[in-house]
Amino acid sequence: MSTLVSPGGVAATLPHEVAAATPMPDIMPPVKQRKGFLGFLWRNPTIAIGGFLVLLMVCVAIFAPFLWTKDPTALAPAMRTREPSAQWWFGTDMLGRDVYSRVIYGTRVSLTVGFSVAICASLIGLVIGLVSGFIRVADAVIMRIMDGMMSIPSILLAIALMALTRGSVGNVILAITIAEIPRVSRLVRGVVLSLREQPYVDAAVAAGTRTPMIIIRHILPNTLAPLTVQATYICASAMITEAILSFIGAGTPPIIPSWGNIMAEGRALWQVKPYIVFFPAVFLSITVLAVNLLGDGLRDALDPRMAKRL
Amino acid sequence: MALLEIDQLQVHFRTPDGINRAVDGVSFHVEAGETLAIVGESGCGKSVTAMSMLRLIPEPPGKIAGAIRLNGKNLLELSDREMRQIRGNDISMIFQEPMTSLNPVLTVGRQIGETLRLHQGMSKAQAEAKAVEMLTLVGIPEPGRRVREYPHQLSGGMRQRVMIAIALACNPKLLIADEPTTALDVTIQAQILELMRDLKHRVGAAIVLITHDLGVVAEVAERVVVMYAGKKVEEAAIGPLFRNPRHPYTQGLLGSMPKLGSSLHGDETRLAEIPGLVPSLKQKIPGCVFASRCPHATDLCRSVAPALELKAPNHVAACHYAPREGAMAA
Amino acid sequence: MSTPVLQVNDLKKHFPLRGGLLGGTTGYVYAVDGVSFDIAKGETLSLVGESGCGKSTVGKAVLRLFDITAGQVILDGERIDDMPSGTLRPMRRRMQVVFQDPFSSLNPRMRVRDILAEPIRNFGLAKDGAELEAKVAALMDKVRLPRDAVNRWPHEFSGGQRQRIGIARALAAEPDIIICDEAVSALDVSVKAQIVNLLQDLQKELGLAMLFISHDLAIVEHMTHRVAVMYLGKIVEVAPKRSLFAAPKHPYTEALLSAVPVPEPGAARERIILKGDVPSPINPPKGCRFHTRCPYAFDRCRTEEPPLRAVADALGEGHVAACHLHDLSPAENPLSGSKGAALLAAQ
Repeated sequence: MSTLVSPGGVAATLPHEVAAATPMPDIMPPVKQRKGFLGFLWRNPTIAIGGFLVLLMVCVAIFAPFLWTKDPTALAPAMRTREPSAQWWFGTDMLGRDVYSRVIYGTRVSLTVGFSVAICASLIGLVIGLVSGFIRVADAVIMRIMDGMMSIPSILLAIALMALTRGSVGNVILAITIAEIPRVSRLVRGVVLSLREQPYVDAAVAAGTRTPMIIIRHILPNTLAPLTVQATYICASAMITEAILSFIGAGTPPIIPSWGNIMAEGRALWQVKPYIVFFPAVFLSITVLAVNLLGDGLRDALDPRMAKRL
Repeated sequence: MALLEIDQLQVHFRTPDGINRAVDGVSFHVEAGETLAIVGESGCGKSVTAMSMLRLIPEPPGKIAGAIRLNGKNLLELSDREMRQIRGNDISMIFQEPMTSLNPVLTVGRQIGETLRLHQGMSKAQAEAKAVEMLTLVGIPEPGRRVREYPHQLSGGMRQRVMIAIALACNPKLLIADEPTTALDVTIQAQILELMRDLKHRVGAAIVLITHDLGVVAEVAERVVVMYAGKKVEEAAIGPLFRNPRHPYTQGLLGSMPKLGSSLHGDETRLAEIPGLVPSLKQKIPGCVFASRCPHATDLCRSVAPALELKAPNHVAACHYAPREGAMAA
Repeated sequence: MSTPVLQVNDLKKHFPLRGGLLGGTTGYVYAVDGVSFDIAKGETLSLVGESGCGKSTVGKAVLRLFDITAGQVILDGERIDDMPSGTLRPMRRRMQVVFQDPFSSLNPRMRVRDILAEPIRNFGLAKDGAELEAKVAALMDKVRLPRDAVNRWPHEFSGGQRQRIGIARALAAEPDIIICDEAVSALDVSVKAQIVNLLQDLQKELGLAMLFISHDLAIVEHMTHRVAVMYLGKIVEVAPKRSLFAAPKHPYTEALLSAVPVPEPGAARERIILKGDVPSPINPPKGCRFHTRCPYAFDRCRTEEPPLRAVADALGEGHVAACHLHDLSPAENPLSGSKGAALLAAQ
């Protein structure tokens, strides 16, 4: 068409003197690029803070015996209910046990329960979610069961399950896991259903990929990001549930110090000796906050759009 | 004096991996009552330019420099309060996606009336009467009934008409239309373009049309600004721009569009492609922004950025090699 | 005439609408309601229409991404619509797909090499690792991407490059026919031209048949041999490209052609602006589905559905349309002449 200047028409020689544009200055200071892992932490401060605190708590749990602790179960009736001091950092309880040592050792129970429940509930929920996302008949049945379980508050469900068994850390983990499964499987099912609609899954079907490979190669890897985020929230909620169960005496047996049962024992003296309840409560709050921060940070970093789904 | 003058507008965004120079030194003006189109591909800065005219750029991470003068008043120097008076009253905007830019829980009438009551202090009854009038203006049948309906009860084309009614309610001097027909089907697009052509004569507002579709530009605009990689590369009235484009990018864009009706006279040539990709705006480009994709680029283009030059009366382009009028055997 | 690569007979796809307390079926979306066409070897048939006309559903039904409600899909002489999935899997190799959205059509957690290797492995097209690697490299050459890009992830590419990867994946299975579902619609103008040229080159080079689903008439005219126009789940007109653009024989096609904006300022065109919107496919109009918007509709159109049948066309054979106007005398029929040029402003 004649509407275009033909390529040859744009002359090979300069038709006139060169007119250079005035360069535009930058209107903001240059961005310092931060690469690698440290750059990632700099851009995601919630992950950095949450991750640091969680890591700190893990270290506390692992190295509890070396953190200037005494035997957390050693009774010292003569030293009952001492105020916090240089000798008893967090004071002693009504049986003369060192609250500092008990709180530090209590970290072990909380983290064990939190992490175990997060891992178990995620794995089981993943399987259930995948099954109901792929098999229509199973979906109707499974989701009605999950609806039923979700209609009972998870704390009540956990108390009921604990009532059936002996108090032990293992049973606490089992009870809380069962109570958390419906939430995970619903999430995974939702993610699976939306992933099945993705054009790349259709393309894989058209390319002759069998259903098991579709799940392993195309569905599963793309559910891991939202699942990881959900797992952190479950971890936080499991630690609270464990503390509640122990507080009402339906959880960790009193022989093992946990934040919940330390608080339960200090409850009677709350008015006069508030520190017995105060210190485990602070530890619980900080740990739960740290895990939630980590979860929020991961959610924002992995996929901003996912914020709507959770 | 022109209605709107954009002078050396820069809009930069701070991102983790560098400054994104989305708009970098763009100047143009809009006369009262005229329709100016800003065309370019995604990432050229056309939408950012539109948003900055209403000061809708979040700061931070963004930052605006230069001047945007409406009737001689620099909008960038106004307080937020004064700016709110301008938005919807002097300048209003139509967006691409008519569903998400309407509030789903308010009736159409309320949404049209809201701006009127806010800016012109109308009573509720007055506002409703005006809303019905506006719906009639934009060609919605049974406006008396539609005014009490919610956005989800309307089809896509109807919603875009409602958006136009809202935008025109306060008799703005300037209407910014950001890809107003991109989300619509071709027959609905034809309806909306027809409406825009019709309203242009009846309402008299100047229109800044942001689009990537040169076909739409040819249908409604009078003058065109072509943007590429945050810069204005060419500006002309539509006739000269389509018939005699001076910048190689504009030539490339026109050449890469298949012509409807080509099969009728058998000129089924291969489409001209513009090779390569739009450069990253996070790096400073030393020479001409289009040099990396330009078939005529020389070392000069790669090292010295060309100034916008008058190539013919009312026709500017930023290219060292585009001939000026007279120098070219036309 | 040799057997067509793909033949579709009276294809129907009705999606049930679920609602109510027990999740029962309360109605149907008549997305595709009796569509027939065939595509010969090396031929491009375009399916055009506006959103909601069912063109993408036809594409997915033909690929058997879901089961169809009624009709037949015949690939190279074999019915595939009722084939059990085990027998179907090897047949899938012959028919591949390129989708619209270059972002969601590639698995973000697979490298380019694995994306391209998947169909090659599935259909056993490479004997060993070396042959697989060679095939992947050859595919990258075909779509004009650098070979070393196979180690990268999809998010490292631009939209146009990703669409090239999508095309390479479709070619990996060495198909006879490719279904392009709005394959260039999401791309910028200059990139669109690159991909259109690539598809045309590949088609010539490999002798592929193509079902080109698009709403963009200018691209369709550039790409295709024949065009089928869909409206509300039905094909209203099929014709060789030149016949369709020169002498549209259905009022909808005519309106569609006149509605496309052309980049020629001041072009004197005949404009047909349709009234209203496309009716809902849940409750399609009785009679001719287009009568609610048709500028020429008369009483018969509102009650009797016009069948798709051959119409007279000076430009050649094979022009079919579903419109009662062709029963009128040529003097009364507004569609009897060749008014394409007036609609398109093409001189």
